[in-house]
Amino acid sequence: MLIKDIKEILDAKVYCGEDFLEAEVHSACGADLMSDVLAFVKEQSVLLTGLVNPQVVRTAYMMDMRCIVFVRGKIPDAQTIALAEKKDIVVMSTEHRMYVACGKLYTSGLVGIE
Amino acid sequence: MEPLHLHYDVDGDDFISAGEASSEMKKVLRRLGFDPDIIRRCAICMYEGEINMVIHACGGVADVDINEHDIVMKLSDNGPGIEDVEKAMQEGYSTASHNVRELGFGAGMGLPNMKRYSDEMTIDTAVNVGTTVTMKIKV
Repeated sequence: MLIKDIKEILDAKVYCGEDFLEAEVHSACGADLMSDVLAFVKEQSVLLTGLVNPQVVRTAYMMDMRCIVFVRGKIPDAQTIALAEKKDIVVMSTEHRMYVACGKLYTSGLVGIE
Repeated sequence: MEPLHLHYDVDGDDFISAGEASSEMKKVLRRLGFDPDIIRRCAICMYEGEINMVIHACGGVADVDINEHDIVMKLSDNGPGIEDVEKAMQEGYSTASHNVRELGFGAGMGLPNMKRYSDEMTIDTAVNVGTTVTMKIKV
């Protein structure tokens, strides 16, 4: 799946990283607890979260993630967007809630890591 | 490769900037061409350690020694120390404040994650003196 497909499937608004929308992603995870994200060392490309602060971007960067999706209409603040821009990470926001957003991506072929 | 030493001061006043040392270290490891899995493991260990220093100990210092055999990260602080290390190593045990939990950390996963992803980890701690966590990852 391409990052631009995620934008389409989730009807999301992109806040930064437009240059990377053509990048390919193979797996995703959904979590509000960043230590849960850090507990899986395997490569995952997309993070869906309801938590909005710059540490979400740092966590994604440590894990080599390419894209962050804020769920339930959460809007990232300027500091969060600026950090993501610096790390070449796409940031978008969708109105869907976590469960629905994950479900839509999963059924479209973006799997999780067991 | 020539052995390399990195040193970072970790600012304890600002939770938002926590992770800068880990980001810098990651950049260096990438430049040196280490395997992405090794880099990710180092980044996780250092980042969780850095977050711990900021939320529990008002910051500290991080020293990283890199050579062709291993990467050793040493994080030292002059914080309150860990009263019960065995308990602190249990997943889910945390003394972090509600504020920290709201930011996505403080769920008692930091030390277990650090242990899980390092090949060797030692904790040297004394109450009211400070804590030094040393983690080694073999290349």
